[in-house]
Amino acid sequence: MIDGLLPILYLIASVTFILGIKMLGSPKTARAGNLVAAAGMVIAIVGTIVLYRHNGQPLHNVTWILAALAVGTAIGWVMAMRVKMTAMPQMVSFFNGMGGACAALISILEYKSAIAGGLAASTGHSLATMAGLIIGAVSFSGSIIAYLKLEDRLGDIRFGAQQLVNNGLLVATIAVGAAMVIGSMSGISTLYILTAMALVFGILFVLPIGGADMPVVISLLNSFTGVAAACGGFLYDNMVMLIGGILVGSAGTILTVVMCNSMNRSLLNVLIGNFGGAASGASSGGSSAGSYREVSAADAAVMMAYAKQVVIVPGYGLAVAQAQHVCHQLEHELEGKGVTVKYAIHPVAGRMPGHMNVLLAEADVAYDKLVEMEEINSEFPTTDVVLVVGANDVVNPAAKTDPTSPIYGMPILDAELSRQVIIMKRSMKAGYAGIDNELFYRPNAAMLFGDAKASLTALVNEVKQV
Amino acid sequence: MIIDESTLSLIYLVVLMAFLGVELIGHVPSVLHTPLMSGANAIHGVVIIGSIIVMGIADDTLSMVLGFLAVVLGTLNVVGGFVVTNRMLEMFRRKP
Repeated sequence: MIDGLLPILYLIASVTFILGIKMLGSPKTARAGNLVAAAGMVIAIVGTIVLYRHNGQPLHNVTWILAALAVGTAIGWVMAMRVKMTAMPQMVSFFNGMGGACAALISILEYKSAIAGGLAASTGHSLATMAGLIIGAVSFSGSIIAYLKLEDRLGDIRFGAQQLVNNGLLVATIAVGAAMVIGSMSGISTLYILTAMALVFGILFVLPIGGADMPVVISLLNSFTGVAAACGGFLYDNMVMLIGGILVGSAGTILTVVMCNSMNRSLLNVLIGNFGGAASGASSGGSSAGSYREVSAADAAVMMAYAKQVVIVPGYGLAVAQAQHVCHQLEHELEGKGVTVKYAIHPVAGRMPGHMNVLLAEADVAYDKLVEMEEINSEFPTTDVVLVVGANDVVNPAAKTDPTSPIYGMPILDAELSRQVIIMKRSMKAGYAGIDNELFYRPNAAMLFGDAKASLTALVNEVKQV
Repeated sequence: MIIDESTLSLIYLVVLMAFLGVELIGHVPSVLHTPLMSGANAIHGVVIIGSIIVMGIADDTLSMVLGFLAVVLGTLNVVGGFVVTNRMLEMFRRKP
């Protein structure tokens, strides 16, 4: 009886994972989907602790296992509850890295016990061990670098022949891993060297990737960890690990591709083409010719208050300034004056797709006011004022006109077509992609300098007085 | 090449799951990409099962320490992942 129970619990958990991912795909059921998957995870964990048998014996060290679960839960809970909404992308990356590290540690321990047991492991078993180790380690160090970059503690680091070094290291890592699998190399110290190689590769792989591409990298590393978890499933013939891991691996890969498509880039282009592209972008940027116009909050308020339609384009600047609430207030004031207010949401606005939606939803902005790019673009020619709040690259016309621009080909919001564009920025500095924006120098554009929150607050006060 | 039956069924499962994953993600609005990525992130935390198993069969100190660490990290992935996703999705709730 007990023998048959655990597989059934695993089956239930697997079904909750599938349902969970399915439900996460629709706004109505997303929250329930997350909870369903979480419930399945609890079933799988409790079932394993109580019912798992290794060579007929129950698991020992149960006290330590429970202690580790308690420590992990406490830390994870506090971190997840404390993190600001603006810092969500890097938090996801951090937790992803933890999963990768966990997978790598499992492989190390598995190899250690295989040596200690003196048993010649089967080729499949060694393959799963080495693959789990390499993929898990790359996912761990890569995610931590992505985390540090999004926290702005680390810039983009590029050096000569970087790509050559990266590719060389990748080939060497796979070669050592393969040699371990077929047995021409062995020993615990070789394993540690292999781990170190994979860790260094993860670091070097993410270091040069910058700009708007970080979400793609996080999504890719997310699917890596999925595959690493599935390797663990092979090691223990464990169905729930296999199903959960592969599901995330495949869903994560597709999500990565979808994200690339929304930027009109291929995955390869993001991972490799980026190096050269960013360098040329920097040179074409610099001190671009042309003069820009500044506008005061009072003038901007008058323009907006007498407009028929105002479209707000939110970007990362809104997120860092935590200005979503005051932005909602501005919308409220303008609507009180009979102005139609909409938000134009670029698929990659902020640092992740959906980032802006999450932020604005936090400030109680109605869901139907958020209009996606394809729909809003036809409305710009009939829009009186576009207010760009801390966004830059997503309204850069160079994406359409300048084939040398690194963002050339990315679909953009056609803010330039409206009668008046007001751009709120802290300074004339280039955006996250590191390139200049000719929109700022157009005759129908005006700059409103300052922190997004302070400027929006000033606008709200001015609009009230109109 | 000899593949035993249980390995073969695992391979079947991998291929089918890969297709299922693709189907599940096919038509998701971009609004939900971040929560979806975060939710998927929590689900691959299932790797914790493996760490519980290694911890449960560990018998020397080094294995115990590494196993303990693995369980802690796996738990961070699971708990942090689900809680963060839930917080994001709470914001999509429509006010009555």
